[in-house]
Amino acid sequence: MTDAYLAIDGLTKAYPGVVANDDVSFAIAPGQIHALLGENGAGKSTLVKMIYGLVKPDKGQMRVNGTPFEPANPHAARGAGVAMVFQHFSLFDALDVSENIALGMDNPPPMRELAQRITDVSEAYGLPLDPTRRVGDLSAGERQRVEIIRCLLQNPKLLVMDEPTSVLTPQEVEILFKTLNKLSDEGTAILYISHKLEEIRALCDHATVLRLGKVVGECNPREKSARELAEMMVGQTLHTPSRDYAEPGDVLLTVEGLTLAPANEFGTRLRDVAFELRAGEVLGIAGVAGNGQDELLAALSGERTTKPDAVRLKGIPIGRHGPNARRAAGLLAAPEERLGHAAAPEMSLTENALLTGDIREQLTTNGFVAWSKARDFAGKVIEAFDVRTPGTETAAGALSGGNLQKFVIGREILQRPEVLVVNQPTWGVDASAAAAIRQALLDLAAQGAGVVCISQDLDELMEISDRISALTEGRMAPPRPAKGITIEEIGLMMGGAHDMHEAHPEEANA
Amino acid sequence: MDSINPILLIASLMVASTPILLAALGEMVVEKAGVLNLGVEGMMITGAVVGFAIGVNTGSSWAGFAIAAIAGAGLSMIFAIITQMLLSNQVATGLGLTLFGLGLSSLIGKPYVGMKAPGFAKLDIPVLSDIPVLGPILFRHDPMVYLSLAAILGVWYLLTYTRAGLVLRAVGENHNAAHALGYKVVRVRFMAIAFGGAMAGLGGAYVSLVRVPQWVEGMTAGAGWIALAIVVFASWRPWRILLGAYLFGGITVLQLNLQAAGSTVPVEYLSMSPYLVTILVLVIISVRGNHGAPGSLGRVFHASH
Repeated sequence: MTDAYLAIDGLTKAYPGVVANDDVSFAIAPGQIHALLGENGAGKSTLVKMIYGLVKPDKGQMRVNGTPFEPANPHAARGAGVAMVFQHFSLFDALDVSENIALGMDNPPPMRELAQRITDVSEAYGLPLDPTRRVGDLSAGERQRVEIIRCLLQNPKLLVMDEPTSVLTPQEVEILFKTLNKLSDEGTAILYISHKLEEIRALCDHATVLRLGKVVGECNPREKSARELAEMMVGQTLHTPSRDYAEPGDVLLTVEGLTLAPANEFGTRLRDVAFELRAGEVLGIAGVAGNGQDELLAALSGERTTKPDAVRLKGIPIGRHGPNARRAAGLLAAPEERLGHAAAPEMSLTENALLTGDIREQLTTNGFVAWSKARDFAGKVIEAFDVRTPGTETAAGALSGGNLQKFVIGREILQRPEVLVVNQPTWGVDASAAAAIRQALLDLAAQGAGVVCISQDLDELMEISDRISALTEGRMAPPRPAKGITIEEIGLMMGGAHDMHEAHPEEANA
Repeated sequence: MDSINPILLIASLMVASTPILLAALGEMVVEKAGVLNLGVEGMMITGAVVGFAIGVNTGSSWAGFAIAAIAGAGLSMIFAIITQMLLSNQVATGLGLTLFGLGLSSLIGKPYVGMKAPGFAKLDIPVLSDIPVLGPILFRHDPMVYLSLAAILGVWYLLTYTRAGLVLRAVGENHNAAHALGYKVVRVRFMAIAFGGAMAGLGGAYVSLVRVPQWVEGMTAGAGWIALAIVVFASWRPWRILLGAYLFGGITVLQLNLQAAGSTVPVEYLSMSPYLVTILVLVIISVRGNHGAPGSLGRVFHASH
C-alpha cells in the first residue's frame, strides 16, 4: 500500500466500558471515494475524530504518504491536508458566512479577500453562496456548502464527510455528488460516511464496513446490493416492513387553513396547510428540516394552539386544546428531538412513560402517582419494542439513540392512539431499529389508526406511506398516492413546484 | 426646579455612569464568550475595598485602581476554576461569588471606615476645557472617565475586526463547534472571565476612590446587578453598553438633583426610579423576542470526545 494517501494500521481506542475501535486498518488512495459504513455505535465517529486529531488513539498508527501521522489537534490534521465536513454543530448561526469560514482556516486572509475567494471557489465547484449572509438564515443545503467551501479553501488532500446528505433534498444531493466527483478527478481522496446505502453505491468505489468497532469487511459497493451491504453492517438478515393495503376508513383528522407564526427567530411560518387523514392510513410528509416540520408537529400535538377549526378530530374542533386534552381525545404525537423534547434525558424511563402516558393509561389517582402502574407501563413498552436497557429506572439520556427512539415511539403506540403524529421517527437510528419502528407504525395503521409521518428520509416514506405530501417553506403540497410515485416527483414537491402537480390531476399519476 | 444646571447634570452623569459602564463592558465580554457570571456585584465591591485600601496606604489612586483590577480578576478566577474546570452551575456559582465578595469586602474594609480617599486629579485639558458648554461637560473629567470610553472603543474594535474577537464570539455562540474546529474553549473563557473581573474591580474602585469617595460597607449598592441588566439592555453590543450606562447614570443623577431641588415627590419614589426604568426597559426588550444572546450563554462545556 505504498501508493495510499492515508494508511491506517491497527488503530484501537477504548472508552470506559466500550472499545470504540478495535484494531481498525484500511487505506485510502488519492482520488478514491472511500465509504465508511456501519450502524450507530459501530465506531465511525471515533475513527474519524482520530483522523482529524480530536481524539488520540490508544494503539496503532496512521501514515500520510508513508510518513507517520499523529495529529495532536485539528490544526495539525489540517496542516497535513485533512479536511472535514461535520454532520452537526460546526457552524455559528449568529456569524456570517465569511466569518464562519475564517474560523475554520489556520491563516485566513483579510475578510474582503476571503469573501472574493469564497465567491470564486463556490462558482468553480457549482456551489452558489453569498459570503455576507448570516448562517442562521441559510437552508440546510446552503449551510453544508459553507462547510464544504471552508474545506476546499485549504486545498485538502483528504476530505472527510460525515453523513453529508441527511439534510439535503435529492436535487441538492445531486449537486453535492457532482462536486465530489470533480474533486475526486482532481486527485482529492474522500472518506464518505453514511448509512444511506443507495448513495454509497452510486458514489463510492470502495467501502469499509465497521461493526462494533471492528472492520468486518471491505468491498466494492457497486458490486453489492443495498441489502447485502445492510446485512454486512448489521451482521444478520434484515426484515423489510410489510403491510397489506386496505381501503382507508372514515376521516379521522382534518386540517384546514392552518396558519401559524414561527415560535422563534429561526422558525418557519406555516401557511394555509390543509389535509385529511383517514383511519388505517399512513400519510407521509416529506421535506428538508426547517421547512415547518417542527411547527406542524407542534400545531398537531397541541403544543401550539390555533384557531379551533384549523384542526378537527373526527369533526370536533380541537385547535384550541392543549396536548393533554388532545391525548384524551386520542391524538398523540412523538416529536423529533429525542433528548429534551420527546423525553427528559435526566429522568428515568418510568418517569418518561408517566409524562405522556398519564392521561390515557390513568397512571395517577387524585394527583398522586401510581408508581407501580407507571413502572408496569414502562416495562410493557420496553418489552413490546425490544428496548435494550438495564431496566425501567435507567435515565432516558443513557439509552442509545435507536433504543430511546423505540421507547418514545412505543410509548405512544401502546396508548392505543386513534391518530399518531411522528416527526423523523428513525432519524439517526440504525437499520434494524428503524425497520422495527416502521413495522410498528404500519401495524398501528393496520389496526385502524391514522398515522402522520413527517420525515426527511424519502425511502422511508415510500416504504410506509399510503399518500405522500411535502412541506416547503411552511406550505404543504396536496397529498398524492404513494403507489408508483418516484423520488424525482417527491423532490419536485419538496422544491416547491406545487403548481406542476395541480396542473396534472392525481388520476394521471395513479 | 430652576436650580438644576443642565451642564453640571450632564457632567456628573458621566462620572456617575463610569462604574457601571466599566463593569457592564467587562461582563459583556464574559457573556460574549458564553459565560454568565452573576458575581459582578461581588467583584465590584471587592475592587472597591481593595482599591480604597491600596489608595489610602500608598497615597496613589492609580495604584489603587491597578490592584483593584488585579483583585477583581483574582476573584473571578475562583469562578472560572469552579465553572470551567469543575463544571459547576454558573448561576449558582456567580451568586455565591457575589455573597462571598460582599462578606470579604466588609472584613477587609473594617479598618478603613471613615477614612478619606487620596483624591484623583481631574484632567484639565487646556483650550478644550475652556470651550463654553462643551468644555465643562466633556473635558474636565478624571482620566478613568476617558479610559472607560477608550475601553468601549477597544472592545468594539477587538470583537468586530480582529481574529481574537471572532474566536471569542465563536466560542460563545457554539462551544461544541468551536471545540471541533480546534479552538481552546476553556482557555478563551478563562481570559474573558479574568477581563470581566478586572473591569468589575476597576468599576468598584471608581466608586470608592472617586465617586463617593470613601469606604462604606455595601457601597456598590446593586451597581453590579444594574451592570448585568445593562448587558441585556445593550443586546451584547459595546456602543449600546455606553448608551445604557449613561441612561441609567443620567436617571440616578437626575433623581439626586430633583431631591436637592426640593421636589415634592417623596424621596423614595425618586430613589427607586432608576430601577423601575431598568425593569421597564428590560421588559420592552424581552417583548421584542430574541435579541442576540450568545448561543452557548450559561451552558456548561465539557469536551466529551
